[in-house]
Amino acid sequence: MSATSWLLDVRHLRKSFPIRRGWNRKVVGAVAAVDDVSFTIREGETLGLVGESGCGKTTTARCILRAMSPTSGEILFRAADGRVVDLAPLSRAELRPLRPQIQMVFQDPFGSLNPRMTIFDNVGEPLLVNGLRDRRARLDRVADLLELTGLRPEHMHRFPHAFSGGQRQRIGIARALATEPRLVVADEPVSALDVSVQAQVLNLLLELQTRLHLTLLFVAHDLSVVKHISDRVAVMYVGQLVELATAEEIFRHPRHPYTAALMRAVPVPDPHAPSGDVALSGEVANPASPPAGCYFHPRCPFAVDVCRTETPLIREIQPGHLVRCHRADELVLSGVGG
Amino acid sequence: MSALAPALPVTAEERVSVASSWRLIWWRFRKHRLALASAFVLLALYVVVLCPDFFSTQDPEATEARLAFIPVQRLHFFDGLRPSPWVPDVTGKRNPTTLRMEWRVDESRRIPVRLFVTGYPYRLLGIIPARTHLLGTAAADGRERLYLLGTDRLGRDQWSRLVHGTRTSMTIGLTAVTFSVVLGVLLGGISGYYGGVADAIIQRLIELLQSLPTIPIWLALTAALPRDWSPQQVFFAITVILSLVGWTTLGREVRGRFLALREEDFVLAADLAGASQGRIIFRHMVPTFLSHIIATSTLAVPAMIINETSLSFLGLGIRPPAISWGVLLQEAQNIQTVALAPWLLVPGAVVILSVLAFNLVGDGLRDAADPYSQ
Amino acid sequence: MTTPVLAVKDLRVHFFLDEGLVRAVDGVSFDVQPGQVVGIVGESGCGKSVTMKAILQIVEPPGRIVGGQILFQKNAGAPVDLTQLSPKSAELRAIRGAEIALIPQEPMAAFSPVHSVGEQIIEALRLHERQWRPSGPRLSRTEARSMTVDLFRSVGISMPDERVDAYSWQLSGGLRQRAMIAMALSCRPRLLIADEPTTAIDVTTQAQILNLLRDLQRRHGTAIVFITHDLGVIAQMARYVVVMYLGRVVEQGSVEQIFHEPKHPYTRALLKSIPSVSVAPRTLLPTIAGSIPHPLGRPRGCPFHPRCPDAIPGLCAERVPALRPVGPTQLASCFLYSRDEEVEP
Repeated sequence: MSATSWLLDVRHLRKSFPIRRGWNRKVVGAVAAVDDVSFTIREGETLGLVGESGCGKTTTARCILRAMSPTSGEILFRAADGRVVDLAPLSRAELRPLRPQIQMVFQDPFGSLNPRMTIFDNVGEPLLVNGLRDRRARLDRVADLLELTGLRPEHMHRFPHAFSGGQRQRIGIARALATEPRLVVADEPVSALDVSVQAQVLNLLLELQTRLHLTLLFVAHDLSVVKHISDRVAVMYVGQLVELATAEEIFRHPRHPYTAALMRAVPVPDPHAPSGDVALSGEVANPASPPAGCYFHPRCPFAVDVCRTETPLIREIQPGHLVRCHRADELVLSGVGG
Repeated sequence: MSALAPALPVTAEERVSVASSWRLIWWRFRKHRLALASAFVLLALYVVVLCPDFFSTQDPEATEARLAFIPVQRLHFFDGLRPSPWVPDVTGKRNPTTLRMEWRVDESRRIPVRLFVTGYPYRLLGIIPARTHLLGTAAADGRERLYLLGTDRLGRDQWSRLVHGTRTSMTIGLTAVTFSVVLGVLLGGISGYYGGVADAIIQRLIELLQSLPTIPIWLALTAALPRDWSPQQVFFAITVILSLVGWTTLGREVRGRFLALREEDFVLAADLAGASQGRIIFRHMVPTFLSHIIATSTLAVPAMIINETSLSFLGLGIRPPAISWGVLLQEAQNIQTVALAPWLLVPGAVVILSVLAFNLVGDGLRDAADPYSQ
Repeated sequence: MTTPVLAVKDLRVHFFLDEGLVRAVDGVSFDVQPGQVVGIVGESGCGKSVTMKAILQIVEPPGRIVGGQILFQKNAGAPVDLTQLSPKSAELRAIRGAEIALIPQEPMAAFSPVHSVGEQIIEALRLHERQWRPSGPRLSRTEARSMTVDLFRSVGISMPDERVDAYSWQLSGGLRQRAMIAMALSCRPRLLIADEPTTAIDVTTQAQILNLLRDLQRRHGTAIVFITHDLGVIAQMARYVVVMYLGRVVEQGSVEQIFHEPKHPYTRALLKSIPSVSVAPRTLLPTIAGSIPHPLGRPRGCPFHPRCPDAIPGLCAERVPALRPVGPTQLASCFLYSRDEEVEP
């Protein structure tokens, strides 16, 4: 590994939800929302986690945040005092001292702020809850945070309903940064915003990351957004990690057919770009009953017999480039320039 | 730093942006003319509740058989063109056959009505002795009679009794609902927030209580009250009984709200920030639906008032000599009395007025609080 | 010069709220030629959804069409002004569903959960029977059903005879949207309005749906009004693009002109601020300064002027520019190109 140390090391993370049937709610099966996911995030880097609906990226993010408990696996976190802690088995009380170090930015700008509290109360909540009782000190800190995220400090006595979606997202970011976290998990933070506002918030995140040396886990379904913000990108499909590489590498030379298809499917804002070429057939597989063998095989244009029977393991095809595909060595897939 | 102190809002946009949800609700409520008017009516009624003796003209328990069934002495506000309140006098004649006094209004003689007169002694708020009443006649000896709503068969002044009855009935309504709210929020909250076994038990309890037929239960419970209890004890017991069944609807609603709120992002954010569960419940979750609870509770008061009135009317609730609207209506239970003295039905009109007012205010509150627009 | 299928002229839709007047659509004009795909693009508050609702006469109160015309060329006869038809009239109901169809954003919300999807399409077929089949015997249930199965097949739904009896909530997002498209096309409308039809579905499914729409459009010659905020989708689907901002058309033209020669400062800035897969990673995006104003706080003059890098002092803050030609088929409303002002009716 490189000289910078890792901040988060996720190992074989699994999260299943039981399926209950019948009047007595008997457990008849399980949905493996997250199925053996492993990756690391280095300090100061942004890892983009991308995939379509049902791929498990949000569940992964929430497990890392311990908003829910994983079924199995390890979530190793290098805390501020240097200790490495496994977050997975910790109880609520044990997690509490670590909470200030891992914070979240939410997708929905309208639901993520308490509508009955002022901006000062909302952003100051993490400060108050973690011991900063002096109101004067909190006022100063909240003012700093609001300025940092491009808002006017004198607006802190306003209520969320007075702000637009983009502004509320900035407030959400300010709140996430209040306790100077080491890791920020952003769950689709720009998906609900207008195009022009998206650009502003993405720029803000880029700047803040450089300025504050933040480590960012950026979950999104939009590849172009992910490319703008990520150092490395991980692609998920039906609960599994299918590819992981640097942003430049994965976009220029994708090694998994799904990654390549995902890139081709994104409509390019250029009428002269070729359109209507081979779009992927079929639907995204159902995580409750995934196909046998490689989950992607029913839709994969390169599937062969082994793909239908054996689930491929994830392997490092090149330094720093992981793929889960039987045929990764032989396939030559086209990416997008840049 | 002056930038940190909240600046006074100047423009309309600024006023809206610093307006808390309560203020927004008030602004929306204000627009409902009918609800606003009803709110004033309720306010007036509760002012009466605070000090009924001030508004009474006679001692409500003073009986005098000779003064039975005096008709209504209508209050006139103008004497000619001068604003000077007066009531017509009443003259009584003993009926030679039945030997009962029969009273008639005598329009020729006018009794001037004064404000802030000295009358029978009472204790303001139960502590301070006082003798001032709002309305009364000039003559302190009681020779001039003031029966704004007539008298009943025992010669008791109906106006004063109505004022005192208002205190009892309105207070029971409010107290019973308050108990219900406390029970409902507590049990509904536990049910919704914790789920699991607690939720199952409480939900079954709610279902059990809701499936019991309420009227027979009430009748049985109130009939079981010992006859020798003081009016205050009976009052308290009635309140508790009324609220024991009334909390279930509210409990269900609170549970639903908690279940929905548990999934909200801002609740998760507070959790991730490290807030304790107590703080999450009381600082984050409860305030978001408090306005709904208030609206629902306001709408629940009329039912309580009518329940108490009905129970007392049947003789199973508040018992004489305590006074409530239901007790007053007991006097109007037979046709002969009503034919002889129709003014004894006035408490019914007051019941209708208060129930309507509560319903309108509750509707107005519910519309103002829901949805909370973003 | 053919008569356009839809000619929107100076449409104005205002919302009369307690807090004030919101001019959701304030003087919008564009034409849709037969068989053409017109894309309406804009961000929140631009009025594209309200325009769509006005065409279908489903604007909710306190909103009202206060001016302008929407001329629709029916299958036969003179164009009819849709704004003059009462929303409940039989004439409008005959047009809706049969001659103008809608593909809504949320197919889940558009289908009734208690009827099978086949049922709902059969209902549409029978309701508008006399419009797509003016003469002949009445449609029997078996005939209607087999037509529905064919429709499902033509939109790429596998196992169509089984899927006809499915309920909307049993279908996946992509299938639901296909069923919605089948329903919209069932009566062979002249005009299809697609209101953000792919916003709620995955990008790989979106590619399929867009292919399907393109294919069906070519085959049946249906004109489409395609409403979206996604410029990539517009570039792939539309031939003619209308760019809206705060209730006004700021620019319109052929898709090549809009994307390769944008004239209006808003269009230019918007195109530059889109994140793209072909740019190097972790680059800062050029942004538009400020944010979209609150609908009640509409700026005086040109609605874009507070954020415009090329605003002309004294002019843009006072007057509203009129939509004028800036190229062979391109129009823009900007004082940089024409000093003509918008005339208030």
